[in-house]
Parts: sequence; structure tokens; C-alpha cells
Amino acid sequence: MTLSEFQQLVTTLAADGEKLIDAATTASSLEDARTSLLGRKSGRLPELFKQLPSLAPEELREGGSLINAVKAKLEARLEDRRRQLDAASSSKRNVDLTMPARRQWQGSKHPVTLVIEEIEEIFRELGFTIALGPEAETEWYNFTSLNFPPDHPALDLHDTLYLGENVMLRTHTSPVQIRTMQKFKPPIRILSPGNAYRRDFFDASHAPMFAQIEGLAIDDGVSFVDLKATLTHFANQFFGKTKTRFRPSYFPFTEPSAEMDVECQLCHGSGCPGCKGTGWMEILGSGMVHPSVINAAGLDADRYTGWAFGMGPARIAMLRYDIPDIRILYDSDVRFLYQISR
Amino acid sequence: MNASYEWLRAFVPFSLSPTELRDLLTSRCATVDDLVPLQADLGAIVIARVVEATRHPNSDHLWITKVDAGTGTLLDVVCGAANVTVNTLYPFAPVGAVLPGGMKIEKRKIRGENSEGMLCSAKELGLGEDKEGIMALTLIAEPGTRFLDAMPIGDTRLVIDVLPNRPDLLSHEGLAREIAAATGGTMSRPEIAEEKPFVIRTHTVKATSGKVGDITVKIEDTDGCMRYAGAVLTGLKVGPSPDWLVRRLQAVGLRSINNVVDVTNYMLVGFGQPMHAFDLERIARGTVVVRKTRGEELIKTLDGVDRTLPPGAVVIGDAERAQAIAGIIGGSGSEVSDGTTEIFLEVAAFNPASIRATRRKLGISTDASYRFERGVDVEAIPALVDYAARLILSVAGGIPQGNPVDLYPLPKRPQPISLKLPRVARLLGEPVDAIEVEKNLRTVGFRIAPEAKDVFKISPPSWRHDVRGDVDLAEEIARLRGYDTFSSELRPFRPSAVPDAPLVAVMERVQDALVAAGLNEIRPMPFVAEGRGATVRVTNPLAEDEAFLRGDLLRTLISRAEYNLARMQGNVRLFEIGTAFFAGEDPAALPGPRKTALPREEMHVAALVMGQRSPTHFTKAIQPSYDEWDIKFLAENAAVAAFPSAAVKLVPGAGETLWDIAVDGIVVGSARRLTLDAPVWAKPAFGLELNLEAIEQGPARSHAYKAIPATPRVQVDLALLAPSSVTAAQIDVLIRREAGDLLESLTLFDEFSGQGIPDGSRSLAWALTFRHPERTLKDQEVQGRTAKIVNALEGELGVRQRTS
Ligand SMILES: [Zn+2]
Repeated sequence: MTLSEFQQLVTTLAADGEKLIDAATTASSLEDARTSLLGRKSGRLPELFKQLPSLAPEELREGGSLINAVKAKLEARLEDRRRQLDAASSSKRNVDLTMPARRQWQGSKHPVTLVIEEIEEIFRELGFTIALGPEAETEWYNFTSLNFPPDHPALDLHDTLYLGENVMLRTHTSPVQIRTMQKFKPPIRILSPGNAYRRDFFDASHAPMFAQIEGLAIDDGVSFVDLKATLTHFANQFFGKTKTRFRPSYFPFTEPSAEMDVECQLCHGSGCPGCKGTGWMEILGSGMVHPSVINAAGLDADRYTGWAFGMGPARIAMLRYDIPDIRILYDSDVRFLYQISR
Repeated sequence: MNASYEWLRAFVPFSLSPTELRDLLTSRCATVDDLVPLQADLGAIVIARVVEATRHPNSDHLWITKVDAGTGTLLDVVCGAANVTVNTLYPFAPVGAVLPGGMKIEKRKIRGENSEGMLCSAKELGLGEDKEGIMALTLIAEPGTRFLDAMPIGDTRLVIDVLPNRPDLLSHEGLAREIAAATGGTMSRPEIAEEKPFVIRTHTVKATSGKVGDITVKIEDTDGCMRYAGAVLTGLKVGPSPDWLVRRLQAVGLRSINNVVDVTNYMLVGFGQPMHAFDLERIARGTVVVRKTRGEELIKTLDGVDRTLPPGAVVIGDAERAQAIAGIIGGSGSEVSDGTTEIFLEVAAFNPASIRATRRKLGISTDASYRFERGVDVEAIPALVDYAARLILSVAGGIPQGNPVDLYPLPKRPQPISLKLPRVARLLGEPVDAIEVEKNLRTVGFRIAPEAKDVFKISPPSWRHDVRGDVDLAEEIARLRGYDTFSSELRPFRPSAVPDAPLVAVMERVQDALVAAGLNEIRPMPFVAEGRGATVRVTNPLAEDEAFLRGDLLRTLISRAEYNLARMQGNVRLFEIGTAFFAGEDPAALPGPRKTALPREEMHVAALVMGQRSPTHFTKAIQPSYDEWDIKFLAENAAVAAFPSAAVKLVPGAGETLWDIAVDGIVVGSARRLTLDAPVWAKPAFGLELNLEAIEQGPARSHAYKAIPATPRVQVDLALLAPSSVTAAQIDVLIRREAGDLLESLTLFDEFSGQGIPDGSRSLAWALTFRHPERTLKDQEVQGRTAKIVNALEGELGVRQRTS
């Protein structure tokens, strides 16, 4: 027999064998298949082994490895099929499959990070990019350029942690708006996520450091309608189809200023203690960027208009994950973090 | 700001319910944070008629009465009031009712007689002081009627968040003005009850001094005081206020003090104008002067505190001493008390910045300072002096001494704003209707004169200090029309020309890598105690032990791990991406004045692992704990994620530092053994930290595809006996060098020392995989290279192949 004839036989046997194994539907029919293929007495493979010596001596090695490979392949196929049939018939099982899986530690992002990422995703679709800035700032960037009148009660809402004269931990991420306008020409559409600081004692609803995310859009003819439309779109994306409400507010750096409320996520507008019976929840502050801010940053306020907003992702995370105390977000208790990782 | 629903209705009639009023104010001008129903605790009180009253047999002051409380049967009630009268209506607390003080009414025996309820006095109901005992009612009502339904005492308090730009809303009058504008109603000042027939007409002079009665009034500090008016009232009888006045003050959470002081508080909350009454007998030599403090002046204030006046403070003095800290708090020396019969009533406008500076230095804030530092309506002063004087005379009697004087040396000139409607329309994004704008602005007190087509000259009312430019008017126009009337349709926009901050992608990659490795992200505070690399101090920290900003993140992670250990949590895998702060010396020129250098900031990542390497599973009773090889992996992983285009190398370090993390040869961080304040059962902790901004890098490059080899490989295992002085890295380098480019991979798979291995050496086993990309390797080729490697190892490093 030539090697190629032998190879032909081996290939045929492999193909037939696989078909036979796959066709078996019970343990006994699978055993029959095994006997007919590999059975020592009259199995097809041992029969083929007997043909080996008819090859030329220099082809013996090659022929042997061919047939051995097929043997291994068929044995593996039989074992696979046996397991499949085993698993299928519960009565045959000898492993307690109710026992727990072998698991791995699951990593997780912080809930506040998850909220920030979700916000970023929605705004990226609207042409926004991400800007960052320092957490320690000068008074000029944190207050003056943002149109805070010196020694004005508006400053009372920004109880400040100072690092020295005229240097402070930023009380909001708004300085990033100024730094961006100084560096780039419109169209500007940025989000600035980051930490901000206030001199608030750490309690269930206040923290001296907290995450903030702000947005800024500056271009030729950007209007209040754009502000309303973009933020309404955002609210509908973030909270699912929801009612929104805009109402007057005050920030030194915007005019007009507006607070955006969404339908209370707890009672869906019918009124509950969570929303003090109003049916609304305050989500973000916003407004048209004050011309003096645009000018302070070196752009021409006669030409460019814009809007800005700011929100606290921690508050939204607390709402979303039903977290009753803001300190939980800072404690870093692994039992809390594992909950988020699931 | 607390406001009373009923008080607002005294300014403007409206038919809105409290919740409708809340929604109106919130959508129009100021958020109403809360609605508090008042006197809700009187819900169980009913009106009852005393049908019979006889003396109690065992007492000389008690009465036994029969009371009709509308229940169908007469109730026996024992009463101790002297004024109990048959056929009169009284508020009655039936059995089961709870009085405002918390007292629960029960059926009981009083000196042997049954009592099934209680006839109530005003004090017991929290409605003011007792006059003659129980509260006789002069109204007409059926017995059994709910007291709250029959009496005009029910009210709702609105808790309003007035923002710093709208001090005009810090009064009932100001709120009523908005309500009137929104509802089309007319606002008017409440009529004064029992008005005395005096004609009072404040006399305004453009001067810094003047006279009222015998009193000389002077403004020395015209910078600190813009306007100063005063009335002199004599023959007063200071005493309790009438019920209506007490109720108004109670409704907004103020306590009644006496009729004169109550009127000043009523004027403050009602009209937004703080006022102060001085006991005129205590004012030396009939002189009232507004001046700057002189030298080290002392004053005992109404709250009983002795205070040293800060330099620059404005005071109200008499001929001898300071009698009040202007606009902030009065002095106790001239306080109006029960014996007072004549007063000087001050109604003024002080410089907001000066008030703010002084009250901050003193560390106090009062209802008066709160309004003055936000700005009062300077033009309203003369009318309010008249009104307040008349009100005092009506509640405390007395007569005015001449007309009040009003010093107004530098009348404020209105600054009209030129309003171009197209500009407003451009800003708001929708056309605005000139007629509507004009109509709406007029409703809230703006005066309007046309200048040209679509251009107006607008004069804001004197109480609106916040409206200075056309953008402020744009807000007025938008809010008066209603923010909700503007479109919310997305319009075309140009995408941002600003690229992402380069750090954004770096942080994202590192975060993903560590999350994938099973770590949990945290976002803790950056405050730490002094020392250990913390060099930036907060000058006004919340706590001394957290007065510094950290110089490394691992310090924070360690404290968070300790927090968990204290809660019996030993499996801790944390990471943080956050800022490290270092004292700055950079004097770079930045806009604005600056005397302190900005700290230098670096964005770092840090990670900490300790405890089991994987969750417990029954197949392996004891799970191995994290060790240095895990942190080495995490460090490499984080560094590669942060700097994907650079060469990352972990260089063995010294002491607690296991490895320095080098990126393109620059050390950017380290991986360390950590020392924690840990219980004995805790497993060792390991940490890494690296500076994500240490090297400049462009966008991450993608790795190009390399063909998957189709040729067979040849595997060779080398068991080596290496002197302890030789490092694995040395062997690794040498093997690679000698093997050449046919070596596809090199893996250390075993380290062993001990039995069978000579002292001072160890056994290292390496798996070498050879492959030629295009053809099958010949045995001789591989053997040849292996021999070369073995020779070089022996010759250069003294490393021998083990013969097993
Ligand atoms: Zn609700």
C-alpha cells in the first residue's frame, strides 16, 4: 500500500468515526460506536493499524503519526460526546451541579464616575469634548473673572477653603470655562468634570469636596433656546422620557439664569416627602454666560454668546442608587463598592 | 425668608391656594422650599358655649360649668378662670385633644368634680399672652364648629429661598408685588387699625444734618450711610402687642417682644426695611450721629455681648458713645424696655459692602444686616418712616414730635438702560414682542420710554439693584413671559473646536485596566494631617488633623484600607485616580493680583491590594493572598495603560519600595509594600502609585498586526543552577542575546532552592520557544543555539545547566 492510499483510508475512518459518534444519543449507543471504532477485537482503527507494515519502511513513521493523530482525535470526540450526554441526563450526574461557580473578583467604577461617564456620553453625541483644570485656583479664576462682585453676599454660597492670599481650592469647576475660552476660539462645547471644594462640614448631605460637572457652549448666536433644548434633551436621555421645568435663578456668571427641574424620580410628579410635595427635583443650574465673563476670558461678547450649566453627580448617584448619606460615597467601604460591582 | 400666606393676602387679594402660590413664586422669582401649615395643632379645638357656671364647693377660685360643645349633651367642665361667663363662646379642648404645649386633655376629677375637657386661654393655644383668663370669642358660630374654621388664625408659612440678587423679595411687600403682577391684582399697603389722627409727613433734605423735635441728626460718614431718617415719638406706653401683630410675627417665626420692637420687626419682614428704635432718654444731649468708629470703641449689644468695634465700622452714636452698630445690631444701653416712653425711630440705608465687612469681622449676621448687605430700597424710606411712626402710635399711643427728618445728601440718580429688542431676541433665541415686553416690565415697576424702533430706554424700579445691563433685562423679559414658553427644539450647532484634554484618555485607559483586574474605584477626600509629603496647607481648614492636601494618593488609600480593616473587611482592592498637591514656587504671571504661589498639581493613579487573590471556592479551601508579584503585574499593567507607546520597566528598589516604575527611563512611580495599622489577621498590603502626567505623550499608537506563524515551533526547557548573586533579569538578557531572533518567547516557570541545591545558589527553569517564520527549524539549529546559550551562561554568569 502506498502512503497516499493509507492516508485516504485514515481520512475516511476519521470522517466516518465522527459521524458515528455524533449520531449516538445514549450512553449505550455511544459505547457501541466506541467498540466499532476503537474496539480491540474488531474495531476499525485497530484493523487499520494492522495495515501499517504494508507501507514502505521509510513511510512507516509518517503513517504511524497519521493514524495516531486520528486515534487521539476520535478519543477526544468520544469523551466530549460522553460529557454532553452525561450533562443532558441528570440521573447520570455524579457531580453536584448546585455547587457555586468559581468566581473572580469584579472590579468597579465609583458610582459618581459612572454618573459622570453617562453624562459625558450624552453630551459627546452633541459635539462636546472634555476639558480639565487645576483644583487649586487663583481668586481671579474662581471669582473675579466669573463676575462675582467683590465682598458680595453671593460669595456666602461659596464658603471657601483658602491656600493663601488670593489662592484657594476652587469652589466650582467654572474656572475651567475661563481657561478654555482663553486658550481656544469658538465653537466651544466642553464639559468639565472634576472636584470642587466648599468649607462645609462633612454630614449626611454635605461634603467639603465633591464632584461637579459643568458644560459650556460658546459660539456665534448661541441662545437661551439652545440651552433649553440641549438640557431638555439631556434630561430625556438621562432619566428616560421625563417632564422638565425651567425657572429663574441666580449665578453671578450667567444672565439670564435658570434652574432645571425634572419630574420627581420617586413619585413621578404626584408629590412625596422626597420632593417636599412639589413633584419636581432640582437637577442643575444653568444660564446664558454673562457678557463680562466672555470678555474677561478675552473673547468678544458682542459677537459670541453662550450658555453654561453645572450639576452635582453625587446627588444624582444618591438618587439613582438610593444612597441615604453622602458620606457613603467617600467612606470606601468595600461592602458598598462590591454592591456596585455586581 | 419666611413669609405668611395671610400676610401676603393683606397686601394683595388673590385666590391662589398655598400650593398654587408656591408654584407661582417658584416658577417666577424665588424657590419656595417648604410650606408649613401653622396652628395645625389646634385642629382638635372646637368652639363651645358655657351654659351654666357655678362655684366649685371645695375651692374659692374654681367654677363648675356646663358646656355645649356641639356633641348633643352638655359636658361638665371645671374652670379656673375668673372671667368665665354664661352664654359666652370660648375655644374648647375636648377629651383627647393635645394642646400646642404638648398637654393631653383627659377626663379627670378636679377637687372631686368631673371635668370633661378644658376651656382655653390664648396662651394655652399658643396665640399670645393671657389678658383676662380664658379667651372669650366675639364671633357668631354654632357650638362644635372647628375653632380654626371660625377664627381667622389659620395660616401657612412659606419658606422661600431668596437668592442674593433679589433682596426686594425679602419682604411681604416685595413678594406681593410679584403676585400682583402675575395675577393682575393691585398691591396696597395694609390699612393701619385704630389709626390715630396725626398727620405725619417726613421732611426730606439734601443735607447731612437736620432736626426732628429736639434731636439733632447728623451723617458724618456719607460713604457708610446713604440716607438716614428718623422720627421722634413721645408719650408711648410700651407693653404687649395686639393679637394681630403677635400673630403676624409668629407666622414668620418671630417672637413678640413689646409693641414698639414688634413694629420694627413687622416693618422689616413686611417691607424689607430694617428699623431701630432707641430709648430717647438714653441718648446723650439729643444728638444722633452716623459716624465711623473711633479708636478702640466698646459696645454692649442687644444680645448681651460686649464687643470691640472693628476699625471701619459705622456706628450710630449720641454725643458721648456708640449706641448701635449701624445696620447690624443695637446697643443694650438704649434698648427699648417697659419703662421707655419716648423713642427715636431710625430708618436708614447703609453701604452694603461696609455692613458686610463689619458683620463678618464681628462674626454675626442679623435679619437687619442680611437685608442691608443685599441692599434696601433707598427711595422707599420716607414713606416707610411715616407708616412705621403711625403704626407705633396706633399700638403704643403717644404723639409725634414734629415731622420725621430724612437726610439724603446725595440722591441716587436712576441709570436708564438702553434696550435693543433684536439683541434680546438673539440672546433668547426667539422673537420678542415689543408690546408684551413693555406691558410685562411695567407690571413689576419698570419705566419705559421708546427711543427708536425696537429700542427702549428702561428705568428699573428703585428696589431692583440687580438690573444694570441689557442681559439683566433679557432675564426679566424671559421670566415675565415664562421660561416654559420658550422652544426646546434642538437646533443645528457646530461641534467643539476644543480637543479633549490629553489626560482624559489616559485616565480612562488606566481606570479600565484596573477595573478589569478586579479593583474597585474610590473617590475619597484629599485632606490629610501634616507631614509625610503633604506640603500644601489649607489656611482655614475644617479640622486641624485634616489641614493639608496630600502629596501622594497611597496615603489616602491606606487610610481607607484601615477603615475597612476596622470593619473586619480584609479583602481590599482599591484604586483611585486623583490629584496630588505640592507646594508651588511657580511665579508665572497670571491675571489678577496674587501673593501666594499656586500649588503644583499632578494627576496620579494609586492602587492597593490585600487579602485573598480570588473569592473563596470549595475546590480550594485556602485561597492564596496577594503578594509582590501581583502588585508588580498591576504596576506594569497600569503603567502600560497610561503610557502605551513608551517602554515600561520595573526597576528593583530599596526598602519598602519593591520597584520603581520607569517609563522611557524616567521614574514615574513605584510599587511598594505598605505598612498599615492592621489587626493580626490582616494579610500584607501592597500598593502602587504613578504620576499620569510624568511624561508628555501623543495619542496612543495602535499595535500593527503580526502574521500568526504557520510553521512548527520547537520547545526547549533549560533547568539552570544560578549563584544567588545572579539575577533573573541578567539570565533573561543573556539568553535572549544568545538565542537571537529565532527565540519566540522566554518564560521563567520555576524557582527552587533547598534540598538538592547547593547553598548560595538556586534553580531556575526557563522554557524557550524557537520558531522560524517561514520554515520548519532543524533540530541541529536549535541544539546549536541551546549549546551556545548554556556556554555563555556558564562563561559569563557562572550559571550551569542542571543535570537531572
Ligand atoms: Zn416626589
